[in-house]
Amino acid sequence: MADVRLINVSKRFGESKKNDAVMAVKDLDLDVTDGEFLVLLGPSGCGKTTTLRMVAGLERATSGEIFIGDRSVNDLPPGDRDIAFVFQFYALYPHLSVYDNISFPLRAQNMSKSEVDAQVQRVASRLKIEHILNRRPNRLPSGEQQRVALGRAMVRQPQVFLMDEPLTNLDASLRSEMRVELKHLQQELGTTMLYVTHDQVEAMSMSHRIAVMNLGVLQQVDTPLEIYNHPKTLFVATFIGSPPMNTVACTVVDGHYLQGIDNSFRLALDSSYTARLANVKEVVFGVRSEDVRLVNDDSAQLRGTVAVREPLGDETIYDMDMGQYRMAVKTPPRQMFRQGEQVGVAINPKRIHLFDRVTGQAV
Amino acid sequence: MTQQRESLTRLIGFWVLLGIVIFFFMFPLYWIAVSSIKTRAEVINRVPSYIPYAQFEPTLDNYTSVLLGTTIQSDTGVRASADLSIFRDRLMNSVIIAGSSTILAVILGTLAAYAVSRFHIRGESDLMFFILSTRMLPPIVVLIPIFLLFSNLNLRDSYPGIILLYTTVNLPFVVWMMKGFFDEIPVEYEEAAMIDGYSRLEAIWKIVIPEAIPAMAATAVFSAIVAWNEFVFANLLNRTYAATVPPWLNSIIGVGAVEWGRLAAASVIFVIPIVIFTFLVRNYLLRGVTFGAVRR
Repeated sequence: MADVRLINVSKRFGESKKNDAVMAVKDLDLDVTDGEFLVLLGPSGCGKTTTLRMVAGLERATSGEIFIGDRSVNDLPPGDRDIAFVFQFYALYPHLSVYDNISFPLRAQNMSKSEVDAQVQRVASRLKIEHILNRRPNRLPSGEQQRVALGRAMVRQPQVFLMDEPLTNLDASLRSEMRVELKHLQQELGTTMLYVTHDQVEAMSMSHRIAVMNLGVLQQVDTPLEIYNHPKTLFVATFIGSPPMNTVACTVVDGHYLQGIDNSFRLALDSSYTARLANVKEVVFGVRSEDVRLVNDDSAQLRGTVAVREPLGDETIYDMDMGQYRMAVKTPPRQMFRQGEQVGVAINPKRIHLFDRVTGQAV
Repeated sequence: MTQQRESLTRLIGFWVLLGIVIFFFMFPLYWIAVSSIKTRAEVINRVPSYIPYAQFEPTLDNYTSVLLGTTIQSDTGVRASADLSIFRDRLMNSVIIAGSSTILAVILGTLAAYAVSRFHIRGESDLMFFILSTRMLPPIVVLIPIFLLFSNLNLRDSYPGIILLYTTVNLPFVVWMMKGFFDEIPVEYEEAAMIDGYSRLEAIWKIVIPEAIPAMAATAVFSAIVAWNEFVFANLLNRTYAATVPPWLNSIIGVGAVEWGRLAAASVIFVIPIVIFTFLVRNYLLRGVTFGAVRR
């Protein structure tokens, strides 16, 4: 078991003098504690996979230092880092049987045949794949391929698991099943896990902490609920949550009011915000769809028209046309409004988010 | 019912069409095979015969004559004047030369293709175009330079010389084919092997090469056919010691009366090694040729 520390790590692709050089990861500081399940989350191209590959040793950091346990691993080849990697497309060796795939890392260590066999059987029985040990991997259904890939990762009992979107290729029901199983497996083994995904549901449901990245820059590292309830940047706020957080560009008036820049929006601010907004005028106002209610009384601060209704069974999402902007509202299933109906919109003033419009940082 | 009849019609149409295609391509081969077991009188008979035993009495004289080198008095009284006794030597030369150059070209080309496919090389596309461009010139254009070069370097009429030449001719093809195959093999295989504790060389040997064998087999067949059939350079450079079969086949046409029967027998024997080779790697061949179509 080991912790993983990245200190000021950057990765540049291409030559620095040329214009086509891309900074994939910028000055990343990240601590993954021993036994932790940490998810790297972000849209494609945000640098999360590059970060994972640098920890694995498949990419070399342009600058900065990476530690696994007490060892600086910058100059170690992947095989000497005592890690296991699960690839998005599994990368199971097609010409080898499932048994030989799983035993492949052990045979690199010159382990005795009986010991290899014991280890493979242990892993196979844990993952319930004993019956396919003699099969070739490429004919197996993707769920079983996934298990074989996990088996190959588990068999050598590494210090750290690195996983690159391992559930992306599974269909929806299998994916939610594997989410639970992976989480359970990680708890059982207690092995440090660094897991890359672009799927916020995976990140929220499995991880101890989430590291959100965008454009090569780490945005926030926190527990899932902290990330959801207290996003530190506008990007985190809009990336996490479904539907995404409602946002409106505003100007602060007298420290008491938010005025939409096109005058379509006006909202009184809770007095607790006044001090914080002393030096900021241009902001982005944000509120999650569950912190907005549709009402037909005078508690409404705004009015809008129902544009689209999405009944989901346990709740209904209304897409409200507010004139110059739109607002998604989650309502209980029995509260019904017709399309085109004029409805009052009530925003919970204690649950609003404000971001500096220039820096994107939470105010 | 109509649907059944329709599918039956389609099935019959398919097999008829297939039959025509097979006949079209196989008939020349059949004609050579049949001619090889005819007597000299039969082979030049104005009324063609197609079916042994029914239309003519087959004979193995042509085969014994080309393989054992015995000169048989032909029934027309005209003696074959070409030297048949050297066919066996020529055949052995062809096997050694085509075999060695194919093995060399496939090994060297595979290594080069792997490097180009996996590593960033400065001027990679220019390099690949240069490799391809060596195939854009008709070989006959460099005939005289090669002749002079080989004369000066004492490479004429030697195994190393002609093997080197055929290897050079086949290398661009092997590099391009194998690069295509390697590009299709996900790089994650090697990455997984390297994480599992193997060096890059071990990863190549244990994972990449087993994956690439179908492609190497397919490439080897095409390379072997090129080297096996090559005529112009073999005819000019290697007159005696390292001479191959194709120029010899030509020479027995040109001298005296044409020995059609023996020519046919020699052709059949000449074709057999390639057929056997292709047959041995046939399973790989199909996988190699359809490689790009396989979904990851």
